[in-house]
Amino acid sequence: MRLEPIAAPSPARRIVPPLLALLATFAVATLLALIAGGYPFAVFGLIVKGAFGSKFALLETLNSATPLIFTGLAIAVAFRAKLWNIGAEAQLYAGAVLTVVLGTGALGLPAYLMLPLCAIAAMFAGATLLLGPALLKTRLGVDEVVTTLLFNFIFLLFVSYLLEGPLKDPMGMGWPKSARLLPEARLPRLVEGLRLHWGFGLALIAALLVWVINTRTTLGYEMRAVGQNAEAAGFAGIPVTKVILKTALLSGGLAGLAGFSEVSGLKGALTLDLSPGFGYTGIVVAMLALLHPLGVVVAALFVAAIFVGADSMSRAAGVPSYIADIMLASALLFMVLAILLTKFRVRRD
Amino acid sequence: MDLFDILLSASFWAAAIRIASPLIFATLGELICERAGVLNLGIEGIMVAGAFAGWIAVWAGLPLWGGVAVAMLTGMMLGLVHSILSVPFGLSQHVVGIGLTLLATSLTFYTYRVVLPEVSSPPKITAFQPYEIPLLSDLPLVGPALFSQTPLTYAGFILAALTALVLYRTPLGLAVRAAGENPAAVAAQGLSVTAIRMGAVIVGSGFMAVGGAFLTLSAFDSFFFDMVNGRGWICIALVVFGAWKPGKAVMGAILFAAFDALQIRLQQTGIGAVVPYQVFLMLPYFLSILALVVMSRRAEIPAALMVPFNKGER
Repeated sequence: MRLEPIAAPSPARRIVPPLLALLATFAVATLLALIAGGYPFAVFGLIVKGAFGSKFALLETLNSATPLIFTGLAIAVAFRAKLWNIGAEAQLYAGAVLTVVLGTGALGLPAYLMLPLCAIAAMFAGATLLLGPALLKTRLGVDEVVTTLLFNFIFLLFVSYLLEGPLKDPMGMGWPKSARLLPEARLPRLVEGLRLHWGFGLALIAALLVWVINTRTTLGYEMRAVGQNAEAAGFAGIPVTKVILKTALLSGGLAGLAGFSEVSGLKGALTLDLSPGFGYTGIVVAMLALLHPLGVVVAALFVAAIFVGADSMSRAAGVPSYIADIMLASALLFMVLAILLTKFRVRRD
Repeated sequence: MDLFDILLSASFWAAAIRIASPLIFATLGELICERAGVLNLGIEGIMVAGAFAGWIAVWAGLPLWGGVAVAMLTGMMLGLVHSILSVPFGLSQHVVGIGLTLLATSLTFYTYRVVLPEVSSPPKITAFQPYEIPLLSDLPLVGPALFSQTPLTYAGFILAALTALVLYRTPLGLAVRAAGENPAAVAAQGLSVTAIRMGAVIVGSGFMAVGGAFLTLSAFDSFFFDMVNGRGWICIALVVFGAWKPGKAVMGAILFAAFDALQIRLQQTGIGAVVPYQVFLMLPYFLSILALVVMSRRAEIPAALMVPFNKGER
């Protein structure tokens, strides 16, 4: 077989494969639910109910989508320039660490400066962490996939050390847990009385900003050009190395904000289970969104709904909640294939 | 105990070889994939799946070698998924690999929960026991280190020799290497680049899964969720460190494992009382990055690595 580009894909060409990809994902989930002894329709019904069935469930979904919007944006920005940042998990924790350091009053900041400085510090931490692998890539040609992945393990061990050492809460009964943030370092609720914090608002703003950067600025244009063909971009006079480094700063900064938002908006302190893999799930979010920043918001809500829904379904139906992870991984693989099929025709030879 | 005593003790080297064994299998698997031109980032998930599949098969009553076979088949099936997406369809090998790791890992955890819904700690199996090779195991230092290992470790070294033999001394190996260097030339010979690459990814993935199964069937006797713990990613670094050559990759794995064994022992010495244990645990990952940095300039990367081949397109 070989692939033949389609010059002008028809509307059906562009819509049918992605729809089939979603169907295939649900087919996989149906099969798995059956294997586990659940009734597929009941399982899906419980997932939807668990994600959207009540005001509490809906707010829980929005809260869970928040870090995924940030990490999804971080990945989307990087992947668009073909910078394979798989280290959003570590960058998230880096942002969380600096948020905790400043937010527990290490510098004695005035209250009105606290939140902005925590956010900036979190971005700085995430960006710095990705700058290392990005420099290794541009200077020495070291593949950033492996370095960013390995940094995830290294940084989590570092956080573990911090939580048992310098950042350990003296009142924490021996648990590896940081002290709680000062009240002025906590993100307020978006609407008074509702359990939804400003992190969600910030995430929406961030998505909008990334969209503006992508479509309205020279950097956005350059990042796209480098991603499509770095050699040609260099030939056309685009400073490829600089663009890659700027992409790294933006991507790492966004992932750092995820850590800030989780600590300051939701948890109030740092523990080793702050992120159940938001950095990795962000890859799925970004790919499902076709790397489009506004699509990231939609994809993050979809992914968060499946996670939150599967959690409550699991308790009710006895089907392991890992079904959510499987659905997302298969959605990712089916979707990249579907997108290819919107642009290429398969020919036998 | 100081450094010198550690390095001269047979138990240290025995541990190093033991730690190296799963890495040898998985590194060889990755090496075969990359030699044919496909970066397989599914390795981490395939190792998790292999560790589980081999263990659950033995728990269900198969003999140990049956477990190894089940792990291998599981890995080959996952390799088939990877190869279909990455070879004929030529999708991004980064995305396919990460996606496959997520898929294989979550499928494994799901199956675990379905098969063993009520257990708080996973059941144990009777793992491979060390087999002392007559005469050779009596040699000083080398004997206990190299020749008192489990059969699966010996299998790893035999596999490394076989891989080198096939890659460098057979037409098949030449075809695999050429598919990773100059696929157009392979196609011009009338061979199918697609078939060669898919075959390499499927076989390589089988080896990775056996590497995972070493953990549950030989190194330990049970399955834990975070058991593989980044070993797959380390193997990717080891392939680069070994300059895509089986012999060098095995040496790299042993060297790496020796450092790992050393950090475990150093934790119990005076240094371990001062330095936090996390620093020791970080060392293997730092070492991998360092290996990548040092070798980045020197290594000869297969020219067509990560370049999809579409016939009729020049």
